[in-house]
This record gives sequence, C-alpha cells and structure tokens, in this order.
Amino acid sequence: MKRLSVVDVNLCVGCQCCMMACNRRFGEGGIAESAIQIKSIGGVERGFIVMVCRACKDPPCMKVCPTNALTKRPGGGVILNHSKCIGCKRCAETCIIDAISWDESVEKPVICVHCGYCTDYCEYDVIKMEEVK
Amino acid sequence: MNDTLSNILHIDLSRKRFWTEDRNELFNEMIGGSGVAINLLEQECPKGIDPLAPENPIILAVGPLTGLYPIASKTVAMFKSPLTGNLGESHCGGRSAVAIRFAGYGAIIIKGASETPVYLSIHGDKVRFRDASVIWNMANSYTVGRILREKESGSGIRSIMRIGRAGENQVSYASVVTETYRHFGRLGLGAVFGSKQLKALVISGKKNIPVSDMKGYRETYKEIFKLLSTAEMRKYHELGTSMNIIPLNKLGALPAKNLQTSKFENAEAISGETFEKNFLGRRVSCAHCPVACIHLAALREAYESEPYFYKTEMISYDYELIYALGSMLGITSPQALLKLMDEVEILGLDAMSTGVALAWATEAQQKEIITTKETNGLKLKWNDEESYSKAINYIAAQVNEFYKTLGKGVTYASSKYGGKEFALAFGGNEMPGYHTGPATHLGFLIGSRHSHLDGAGYSIDQKALAKNSKPSATEIIDKLIEEEAWRQILSSLVICFFARGIYKPELISKAFKPIGKEFTEEQLKTIGLRILKQKYRFKKREGFSLKNLEIPERIFQTETPSGKLSKEIFNEGLKIAELKLTSI
Repeated sequence: MKRLSVVDVNLCVGCQCCMMACNRRFGEGGIAESAIQIKSIGGVERGFIVMVCRACKDPPCMKVCPTNALTKRPGGGVILNHSKCIGCKRCAETCIIDAISWDESVEKPVICVHCGYCTDYCEYDVIKMEEVK
Repeated sequence: MNDTLSNILHIDLSRKRFWTEDRNELFNEMIGGSGVAINLLEQECPKGIDPLAPENPIILAVGPLTGLYPIASKTVAMFKSPLTGNLGESHCGGRSAVAIRFAGYGAIIIKGASETPVYLSIHGDKVRFRDASVIWNMANSYTVGRILREKESGSGIRSIMRIGRAGENQVSYASVVTETYRHFGRLGLGAVFGSKQLKALVISGKKNIPVSDMKGYRETYKEIFKLLSTAEMRKYHELGTSMNIIPLNKLGALPAKNLQTSKFENAEAISGETFEKNFLGRRVSCAHCPVACIHLAALREAYESEPYFYKTEMISYDYELIYALGSMLGITSPQALLKLMDEVEILGLDAMSTGVALAWATEAQQKEIITTKETNGLKLKWNDEESYSKAINYIAAQVNEFYKTLGKGVTYASSKYGGKEFALAFGGNEMPGYHTGPATHLGFLIGSRHSHLDGAGYSIDQKALAKNSKPSATEIIDKLIEEEAWRQILSSLVICFFARGIYKPELISKAFKPIGKEFTEEQLKTIGLRILKQKYRFKKREGFSLKNLEIPERIFQTETPSGKLSKEIFNEGLKIAELKLTSI
C-alpha cells in the first residue's frame, strides 16, 4: 500500500495546483472539496505549510468518531463512510495537524484517500507517493 | 450549482452599502477581465470626472477560466488614471484573481468615498466595512499586511490588497500591493484607493465552479499543465525576467541614466545572474500557477546601532525594477538596488514611474532646472543610493511643492519646471525599460495603457534586429495593433501574458468546451478587436488624441541597436495608427 508523503516543504512555491487537482479529481473546479491545503507560514516570503493526512497507523480521528463512520485504511489513515457521518466535526478537531478539511456545502469532512492524483500536479516534488511497510 | 462568474459585487463606500447584480449577458459577450471591465468602466465612470473624485469607480474583474485552469490568475483593475487623466488599467496576480472567483464574483465595482479610513472584508457573501483608522498612515505596507493576516480569516486562500503611504497621499503613481510581492503597479490605482480612504481589501471564498464535462475538463487541464512545464515557461522560473538585463545591455537597448545612454557599464553587477548567485532566497508563485516566477532576494542587513543584530529582508525583484531603480539611476550595487526596491514596496509606489521620475529629477538638477531648494536639500546624482532613498520617501510623504509635482509624474513635472525633452513618459505614463528601436516607442505611444505589455513593440524590434530587416511604419503599426487586440482576449480570460505562447486560440476554444461554452478562433479575434476599440472610445471620450501626443526628444538622441531613431517613422506611424484605430 502507498501513502501520500510530504518530501520537502521547502520546495513548495505555494501555487496550490495540488489543491485544485484534489478538488478536480473528486468534485468540480475549485478548492472547497480539497483534502490537501497549502498556506503560507505567515507571509509567502517565509514559505509554506502542506496540510494533508499523513496516514496514521493508529488514527486518532477514527477513535473519536461517534458513529464509526471512519474505519482504518490499509496502509494508514481512514476511509469515510458518508452515510454514517453526522458532521459532528470531532475528527477534524482531534487531528492536531489540521489534516481534515471541511466541506461546508454538505457539512462533512474531507479526508485524503491517498490516491496520489495531486502528486502529478506538483511541479516541484514537494509531495510524492511512498510505499508503506 | 451555477457558476457565479456573472455575479457583480457593487460596493458604495459613501453609504456603506453593497449589493450584487447578475450580468450574465455581459460575461457571455465580453468574456471577463478587460472585456467586462471596459464595459463597466464606460457605464460607471461619468465623463470628464476628476480621477480622485468619489465618482471614479474601481473595477476589478476576473475571467471564466480563473480557478479552473492554471495561470488564468490575473485580476484586471480598471479606473480613470490619476497619472494620465485617462484610461487606467493594471493587472495583478498573487492570490487576487482566484480569491475573487472563489468568493463568488466575476467583478467588483467600488464607488464613492468613505469619510474615515476603511477596509473591506469580503468572505464569500459576507461583506463588511471595517474601520481602518488604526492602520492608516502606518509607515510600512508589510506591517499592514501582517496585521490584516492576524485579524482576518481565510488563511491560505485570501488575497490582501492594500495601499501604503503613497496611496494615502494620493501620489499619482501609487500602487496597490497584494500578497506583499505582487501589485496593481501602473497608472495609480493606489491613489484612487487613497482618495476613497480605502486602505485595504481582503477577499476569500470557497465556491466551487461547476463543469459540465468533468472527463473532458481533466484531460484538457492535463494537456495545459504539461505545456506549462516546457522550457518556454521554465525560463520565467529559472532566472526570471531579470535574465534580460545582460542581453538587452549587450544589444545597447537598456536605458541607463535617464536614457542618456542605452548601455550601462555596471549591468553585470545588477543582472539576474548576480541576484541569483548572491541573493535569491525563495521563489514563489501566484495561486494556481505552477511557473513560480516571483523571485525574492534575501538581503541581510546589520543594525548600525546594535552590534550583533541583523535583519533579513525578502525583496521581490524583476527586470523592470532593476531597470527603473537600477540602470536608470546609475546604481551599481545590488544591495543598494534591493534597498530602493524595498523602499518602494514599503511605501506602495509604482517602481517604474518612481525610477523614471527620479532619473528625470537627477538630470533636471544636473542642468540646474531645479536646485536643492526644490529637492529639499538633496543633491541627486547617479548611483547615490542614499539621496534616492530619501527622495522616494519625500515623494510618498509629499513633503513640499516640488515632490507634490514630481508625484504627478514627469510629464506634469516637466510642464512646470521645464526639461520636457528628457521627461521619459508616453501618453503620460513613465517609460518601461526598452530602447530597442522604433516599435517599442511607437507601442508606448499608441498602446491603450501606454505600456510595453500592450503591443510588445520590444519584441517586434528584436525580431527585426535578428533578421536584419527594417520594418516600415505600416508594418510596425499593424503588428502592434494585431498583438494588442489579441492580448485583449488573454486579459479578458485573465491569462498571464507570460503564457501567451501556450494559450493559443485553438487551446482556448478547447478549454471552454468542458464548461459548456463555445468560442471559435474567429469569434475570439473579433471580440479582441472590439475590446480594443472600446478602450479607444473611452480614451477619446476622456480627451485622448494620437494627434497631440508628445514624444520626448531624448529617445531620438540616444542610439538604439539599429542606430538613432528617425522622426519620420514616428510621424508616419502615428498617422497610420490614428486611421487604423478609428476604423477598427
């Protein structure tokens, strides 16, 4: 199994093409449903932060889900069952790296499925797919 | 969900009201960006108004491909320019365009004037007028950015447009800074913000854009993305625009010391190569553009008063800044040049107009047209970084009558003090950094923004030089108009001009299909001409005429790569342009 990995955040130029890619893969054009977020540290001159699921082996987000909408994904991270999710936001609040985005239109979390589509649109090799042992 | 592109957000700063209006027909017909903005300007800007009056509208427009495809990331601003008293148009990247689009608007119109300093906070449908008294008259535009970053939501997806002291004091070529390193630089949008007591505009949103054919969209996206990683685009990422300093200087086309010469003996010291080797600290990108052409130099400076204390400033550099604040002022030290660039950024001035204004003032003082009485004690001379740094601050602060005059541009200043023959402005806009031959200057004269980016005359000159040919006035004018007309399509789609070689008509038609819109190559070309014609209609309405354009004598005195320019080609060219532009 593979997981999405942030290789070197210093290479990030802040173009946000990964965000657009994620949204395009699963939704429409835009960023509202992107599972990966890029923002500056506080002014673009200081560099950027890549906020995305790092495929925990023992995911805290899953443990706090009151409806068992989140289950373990082989290779790390979680799989979301939309029909079980009640939009309580506990998963997002529990993730201390803020890797769970929120889709305001449906009030449900957006969680990376580690498909790697975004990596094809990162010109600077900031992110890549990595084999998980 | 519907595409929100045709939503126009109206803001009235006098009454503190806002409302939206759907202009589907306008966006269908005129695409977006420049095409939509010129229509809105014609409608919203009353004839003959003072550009600093509350009635002058600020129009910001984006395009249908913004947020959908890479590099369609520019915002077009239109307004009546306080610098030229005519059409004001300026383009800015950063996150501005994507943020406006995702906030759910295709255009924003800001009218009226606030009685006290205000900033606009726009997050999707929520629009707030917030008191900006505390950040008004703040010394440094970076600080204003930092404060708003802390105060406002939307981190990562917002754009923060703000003015510096120059804008507050309504210097005619004050800029609007976004994301610290991108600008609505030219033609004085910052002064219009200042006249409205509008300190800043923060905007963000997360609206998706519907696509009717997702599969087709993903495929076309992939194709465009691939094209953007070819060598043609990579050059903007590598050395960036400053790669042109050495070749243009070799050619004898780099204006130096107020164009007293077109070769700068110290070009190497302020070249893109020097900056890359010794200063390049980071490259960043506009939102939704993989190219990352923004080059930031890291300048480490010691505090004189405090031993072992240093600060490292990140300063954005580009070709035009190196020209205007470097070679034009005879600056030989890259550190000194970076400090001048930083000063201009801090105060929110257009670097190009500022550099040319200081170059004019230096020569005027050399020729004793002005004295230290006017300059507030400064003895301006080439390569004198300290005096220039002070003079930049005097312009922004408008310290005396002379700096108030100089703050209205070199055309105005020279009409008052003399020295018209070396006041390097065209149609009232200060000259860009190209003395390549007749086409570049004819382009500055006839371009609707009097910018090198209108018809790219510098490129016509350089191609002619490479082929050792001498194009006629008709050939030059035809090419300039053809190019400028086509660029109206690019700026209506708000595609960065750097990608003009990628977004050809065929590719544009293809990009439209997945969102259910059809434009043929012919249609696009017709619309382009129509937009250009409309711009000229506006310019004429506001008193512009190609017949009474003044040409600074200096451009005929200094050698270009093809020798000295002949006046005949200009007389002829302007006559031809007059005929063509009224008949298109």
